[in-house]
Amino acid sequence: MDYIKAFIIGGIICVLAQILMDTTKLMPGRVMVILVCTGAILGAAGIYEPFLEFAGAGASVPLTGFGYNLWKGIREAVDSDGFIGLFRGGFKMAAVGTSAALIFSYLASLIFKPKMTKS
Amino acid sequence: MKQQAVGKQTVKFDNPPIILSHASVVGEMEGQGPLASYFDQIEPDPAFGKDSWEEGESEMVRRACQTAISKSGITKSDIRYIFGGDLLGQLIGTTFGLKDFDIPVFGLYGACSTCGESLSLAAMTVAAGYAANALAVTSSHYGSAEKQFRFPLEYGNQRPLSATWTVTGSGAFIVSSTNTEQPMNQYPHITSVTTGKIVDYGVRDNMNMGACMAPAAADVIYQCLTDLQMKPTQFDKIITGDLGKIGSEILIKLLLDNGYDIISQHMDCGVEIYDNDKQDTHSGGSGCGCSAVTLSGYILHQMKEHIWQRVLFVPTGALLSTVSFNEGQTIPGTAHALVIEQKKE
Amino acid sequence: MKIKQNDDAYNKYVDAITPKHNSFINCANAFWIGGLICIIGQAIYDLSMNYFDCNKEDAASWTSTILVLLSVILTGFNVYKKIAKLGGAGALVPITGFANSVAAPTIEYQKEGEVFGKGVKVFTIAGPVILFGVFTSWVLGVIYWILKIAGIV
Repeated sequence: MDYIKAFIIGGIICVLAQILMDTTKLMPGRVMVILVCTGAILGAAGIYEPFLEFAGAGASVPLTGFGYNLWKGIREAVDSDGFIGLFRGGFKMAAVGTSAALIFSYLASLIFKPKMTKS
Repeated sequence: MKQQAVGKQTVKFDNPPIILSHASVVGEMEGQGPLASYFDQIEPDPAFGKDSWEEGESEMVRRACQTAISKSGITKSDIRYIFGGDLLGQLIGTTFGLKDFDIPVFGLYGACSTCGESLSLAAMTVAAGYAANALAVTSSHYGSAEKQFRFPLEYGNQRPLSATWTVTGSGAFIVSSTNTEQPMNQYPHITSVTTGKIVDYGVRDNMNMGACMAPAAADVIYQCLTDLQMKPTQFDKIITGDLGKIGSEILIKLLLDNGYDIISQHMDCGVEIYDNDKQDTHSGGSGCGCSAVTLSGYILHQMKEHIWQRVLFVPTGALLSTVSFNEGQTIPGTAHALVIEQKKE
Repeated sequence: MKIKQNDDAYNKYVDAITPKHNSFINCANAFWIGGLICIIGQAIYDLSMNYFDCNKEDAASWTSTILVLLSVILTGFNVYKKIAKLGGAGALVPITGFANSVAAPTIEYQKEGEVFGKGVKVFTIAGPVILFGVFTSWVLGVIYWILKIAGIV
């Protein structure tokens, strides 16, 4: 059941983004920003957390989940540390995704060479 | 010398220079397309044996020039000027390809219209008696162009149907005066050049280059026909550089609105160079190399076989940079029109 | 030319004749490819929780890490690009899209050196995600902090 929910919800989020990309001329960079900010805002509004409980990976794997994590990190830091938590919390929850991306990408750049596209 | 400037933007030569020899060097995709058999060299290694796309492009330029020179019967020291350009910032593709030729160079930027610009200037220089022989060369490379203008090649991006595919190719042409000793009717002649203006119809979509450039192509074709007082039917072909499918449709409409019907003569190098269905190149080929290799490989071959005797060659370019685009500016276009003729005996 | 130029009319005309991708097929592909990536994520999560006895946070971290690793490997072999061509948003939306956008410039710009190639260009596509993600969550955090002080939250 979990897998079906993850598939459908994750799929739906992708479809919404696809519609956005097809109907407007938005570049991928902008679409990614919209997804992250949406996740953060829905998190702050208290909507994303129950959504995550329900959809599992369908809500955590998309970039909206990344945005939600950024919000969650800040909220927890503000709760425990007050004002300074605003500057402490953001990266904490996003650390895993960002660090993994940086580290593996750098290692990949030592192994792989640039390749030509073959249409 | 008689006044050779005609109309508003055209020079009609009293002694039309000839294209003494020419060469085309292309990459794998182009070598798998419908024009493959016409190119001089097809290189399957996208880096041309070098270490980066940019160095590979320079090597491609070097080879194209070298091949054109070996086919010409003259030597490097007989060539007085090179007119060359490419898509890369500060023309590094051209510079590093030409630096060992020991010939004075005019570096040019006309985006994808550079083939027209370089041939025009080479022809004007030779016709005016400033040089007996001049070399015009242009190039583009898919890898270096995508890196500069769009995304690193490994990035997963869904291209829209209006997007075009930058051609990996370089075309080199030796333009000579008619005072040479070779038989005249064996060569194509550049009989006139019409230089294009910068034409801006307010397009901001960098994935629809055809729409950006079509107005400039229409403008220069209109002016050329008007200056020379000629009709489209007097040409076997009117060939644009890389308007692609969509740009071609727009061009025909714009010219029709202005009184010229070119639908029977029009052809586009970008549409011809790839098989869009098999190679999935969406709207066709683009880049400086597109018009250059198609001219050298295919168009001049058709003229040599006397299938076509008079052709209007119109490479088109979109004048933008990533900075101008990000800063919200429009994408103007330019195009240059050359009348090339090779009569039957 | 003879006819007076009208930019608005021209741009409208261009829009009308420019074919768009068949959106229905695009959405269908985005759906199943995006869904599939989420299923893989779910599988990694379940495996971490049930087989490796992780707690929820660790399992989530493992999921992100392994998905990123898979994406980077596929980017290195130039396969992710093919997946994205078909899947569109289905490949862009999941965290794998983010990883691809970091791996691609790092691999491509290696010719310009470690510092000025890879280092400078590594965030050339993903930079906005980090900048605006952090900034947006900060703004929301400020609002939250104010509401807390005001006793509303």
